[in-house]
Order: sequence, then C-alpha cells, then structure tokens
Amino acid sequence: MIRYVLMRILWLIPVIILVSFIVFALMELAPGTILDAILAQAEGMTPEGREQLIRQHNLDRPMIYRYGVYMLNLLQGDLGVSDHTGLDIWTMFINRLPNTLILSFTALVIGASVSIPLGIAAARKAGSITDNVIAVFSLIGMSLPLFWLGILLLLLFAQQLAWFPAGGNNHGIRSIILPALCSSVGMIAMTTRQTRSNMLEVLRADYLRTARAKGVPEEAVIRKHALGNAWIPVITAIGTSLAAQLAGSVVVETVFAWPGIGRMAAEAVMARDVTATTGVIIMTTILYVLVQLVVDIMYAFVDPRIKSQYINSVKKAKRKKPPTLAPAAAGGTSK
Amino acid sequence: MSNKNNGNRATKTDILVTKKYRKRSQIGDIFHYLKFNKGAMAGFVIFSLIIVAFLGSLFISWDAITDINVSSRFARPSAQHIFGADNMGRDLFLRVIYGTRYSLAIGFGAVLISAFIGVVAGSFAGYYGGKADDIIMRLSDVLASIPGILMGMVIVTVMGQSLINLIVAVGITGAPVYLRMTRASILTVRNNEFVEAAKAVGIANLRIIFTQVLPNGLSPVIVTVTAGLGITIIVASSLSFLGFGVPVPHPEWGAVIAAGREYTRNAPWITTFPGIFIMMTVLAFNLFGDGVRDALDPKLKRR
Repeated sequence: MIRYVLMRILWLIPVIILVSFIVFALMELAPGTILDAILAQAEGMTPEGREQLIRQHNLDRPMIYRYGVYMLNLLQGDLGVSDHTGLDIWTMFINRLPNTLILSFTALVIGASVSIPLGIAAARKAGSITDNVIAVFSLIGMSLPLFWLGILLLLLFAQQLAWFPAGGNNHGIRSIILPALCSSVGMIAMTTRQTRSNMLEVLRADYLRTARAKGVPEEAVIRKHALGNAWIPVITAIGTSLAAQLAGSVVVETVFAWPGIGRMAAEAVMARDVTATTGVIIMTTILYVLVQLVVDIMYAFVDPRIKSQYINSVKKAKRKKPPTLAPAAAGGTSK
Repeated sequence: MSNKNNGNRATKTDILVTKKYRKRSQIGDIFHYLKFNKGAMAGFVIFSLIIVAFLGSLFISWDAITDINVSSRFARPSAQHIFGADNMGRDLFLRVIYGTRYSLAIGFGAVLISAFIGVVAGSFAGYYGGKADDIIMRLSDVLASIPGILMGMVIVTVMGQSLINLIVAVGITGAPVYLRMTRASILTVRNNEFVEAAKAVGIANLRIIFTQVLPNGLSPVIVTVTAGLGITIIVASSLSFLGFGVPVPHPEWGAVIAAGREYTRNAPWITTFPGIFIMMTVLAFNLFGDGVRDALDPKLKRR
C-alpha cells in the first residue's frame, strides 16, 4: 500500500513537468502577453538599452531556457510575480486557496447529504413515481449550465428577496450559501444517479436474497448488507466531484465574485498574465491530482476486494515487474 | 373486446418474434430498443424541436440579429418581440434561434474531434499494448490532470477567439475520456479467436484494428459519445460565458447570457431565454444518451 502511494506521488513529478511545459509554452505563444509588451517597449530604445532589456528577460535565449529558469525557481517554491500587478503568485494562491476549499467542502456536504438518501430511496422503489420524479429532477440538474443557475439564484435570492448578499465573501455564513448551493446542484444530480444504479445492482445480488431467506429484517438487509457494498462507487463519485469542484470552480466563483483560485485563474488568463496563469494552473493541477490520489486510496481501503487484489499484485510484482499505475476510476475526468 | 385485445397482443408478439430472429445491424439494434424507451423518445422530440429552430434560423439574416435599434431597447416580451429585446434593441427571439447553430456545431464538432483522437489513439494503445500503450496512456493522463475549463481557456487565448478554435479547444480537452474508454473496450476484444484468425490469414495490423477489433468494441464508445454531447455543450457555453468563446456580435447562448448579466435586475429575459435553450438542448442529449446506454446494456436489454 505504501509502495503504491509512493509510486503515485512520484508519478506527480513527470505530470507537473509536462503540464507546466505545455502551459508555459502555450502562454508564450499567446498574443498580447508581457513578452509582446517588452518587445514593443524595446522598439523605441537605444540599441544598448534594448539589448539590456531583452537580456534581462532572457528573450535572446530559446524558450526552453526560460522554462528551465522558471522550473528552477518553482523547485524553490518561487512561482514568480504577476506580470501586471507585481504581486507574488505563491502568496496570492495560498491566500485564496482556503476560500475555494471552504466553498467546495460546503457544496460537498450539501451534495452528499441530499444525493445519497435520494439515490437510495429511488433504488428501493425502482419504477415507482418517487423514482421517476427523482430521475427527472436529476436529469434536469445534470442539464443545467451552472453559470445560468447562479445568475438565476442571484436574481431571485439576492436582488428580489435580498436574503443573501449578491457576491463576494464578506458576509460570513450568509455569503457562502448561494455559491455552495449552486455548485452542489450538478453533484447532486450525478451522485443521485450513481447511488441509485449501484444500489439497484446490489439489491439484485444473490447474497441479499440469501440474507432475506435467512429472515434478516428488511431494514437490516438494506443497512448492513446492501449499503456496505453500494458505498464504494458512491465514495468514488463524491471524491471525483470534489476534484471536479476544485477544478471547475472557475465558473461558480466568477458568477458569485468568490475570491478563490478558480477566479484567480480566470483573471490571470483573461489578463494574459503568463506567469500567473502558469503558476495557478500548475498548483490547481497538483491539487486535482492529489485529491484523485486520496480518492483512489480511500477506494482501496473501503473495498477489501481491491485491497487484496493489490496485495496479491505486489506479491506477484516482486517476482515480475513493479505494479502499473492504476488511473483514477473510469469517468473520473471533469469539465 | 377481450377477443380483440388478445388478437392485438398476439400479432404484436408475432412481430416481435419475427423481428427477433431477423439480423439487425448494431445501429438498427440501438434504434430498435430506443423505440421502447420513453425518456429517449422525449429527448428525440425535444431534439426535433431544436432541429426545427435550427432550420428556421437559416432564414434569419445576419443584419436582423446585429442591427442596433435604439427605440426597442430593453423591450419587454410582447407580441412584437416574443422574448423581448436586449440592451441594444436587438430582438432576442431571433438571436436565440440563430444561436442554435453554434451550440449544435460545437456539440457535434467537439465530440467528433474528441472521439476521433480518443478512438484512434485508444485503439493503438489497446491493440499494440506495451511501450505504445504506456506512452499514449501517460500522455492522456497528463492531459486529463489539467482541469478542462482551464485548458480550454488557455487554448482559446493562444489561438484567438473564434467558433472553430472553441470547438478545437473543447475537443482536445475532452479526448482523454474517449481514449480510456476505447482502450478498455479494445483490451476485451483483442484476444478473441477471430482476431487471431485474422492475424493468421495475414491481414495487416491496421486493417485488423479498423475492420475486426474496433467494430466489436464500439458500443461503450457510442455510449460515451451520446453522453458527451450534453456535457460538451455546457463546457463550451461556460467558456463563451467567461469570454473565451465565439466573439461578441455572434449570438452564442453563453455569450448572450454574459452580455445580459449586467441587466438582470431590469431585463431578466435577456439571461433567462438563452439559458432555457441551453438546458433543453442538453436535456435532449442526456435523455437520448441514457436511452442509448440502456439499449446497449446487455443486462437491461431483454427486459
């Protein structure tokens, strides 16, 4: 197990190198960035001044050299300063990270406490009116564009009823309710469907029939026998939606003017700030991959089958070759 | 009365029985099961309405949706302007109907790109295995670990704002899902006897992949494609909303919502109607996608 976790963490290194290279290279190609501004500034200078300016920014060197310098700084925890504001990017990121975490966890708690009971209810009464109503609502929830839902929530609850503030995070607990509600909707829809289909699969399993045949009361059948097995994919679903929320916070944070890392990323790309964009995307990617790793580890802990499978594969691996890195559970990509 | 009913039932099962033993293509099979799925049929009806809107939009001139008309600024929904008018007095109904083409183009275009990259790379990874598999999968993992919307934003920034670039950006970021799905599906097919037979006969590997292996492992990919259409439209309209989509005068739904955001207090209709259209389009694709999934699921098939 430790070996597996270590391998997964080591795998982060090539991921970070490649991700940062892709983003760094793409942003250098983007028109209208700081590099163009420097070159434009250099146009009107004396030859000596121009040369000095260009050398100062390493513009006489190949891109790979600038990338190397960037990565060396990154190793020392230095993500550079913003091209426009001159603020330190690491500090900016760390200041904004708690806001995103609070929002994501609140949405997660709301989402899990609504979707799991709904999914179980739908599966137990499969084919009934309750099931159909839940199915229709979760389909609609999946089809809602979150930015639109956010605007409607603001229109109703902030502008018309004035129950909640219209954005930002300076109103304590009242300011988190609307954004958390908005970002939990997509998750509720997905997790309800996931819970329902897992529960259905488990309810049809032979060991449940055995339990009933033994005379176990229906409540205990659901609670002890069914739920224990239906949990596993639900945990993955919740974990992946946490990862998705961390990554996809861009939209909700922009609509609700929530000062988190998603909005920071959107602002950085919009301002064509090369350093800030590269920095915030690298950090978000690390966070995203770490969350997925935690989900995978939890998955192994909850499901004894996977654990034993893993232990067997290690035993085999000692004879053959090291275990391959299992990618996150299928469907784990987010938008 | 009961006689008549019995007669009907008998003929119906007769048809079913004869149909059951007639050989159907895979696509024909899917449509056969979709006919019995109420959700899929509802999705089909909504989708037909959207197609009607698209066909109607072909008769709308570009001037009709871009000309500024001061006298009808912020006109409320009325007989003259069914959905009202926006901050520049442009008729919102015409703009929203015209916007249908963008969402359909983005949805189908981007999914086509994702699926093409995913299916080709995934088939190679799955069929050849070994080094090729390792390299392709690791690259796909790297692409998948960059959050999709951020990657889309960066790609659009680099390539410039246009419909084509938005489609390409969304298409590239979506590819890893299809890749993983295709690879997993190919892995289950490639060790079958018929593949071995094809190899023994001496058919080239590429031809085996595209004529023997891929057609037999395609159903999970079809499910992913139909399920992906809705998500793709949401992602693309989110990018447009954030300002990384189709440039301004084009009435892409996400962009119309973004433009109407400032005026929600006095003119909520500007944001409301395009949102309903996004939702209905995505809902149609999701309903249809669920139907296709159930049709291809061997566990649910014969019920």
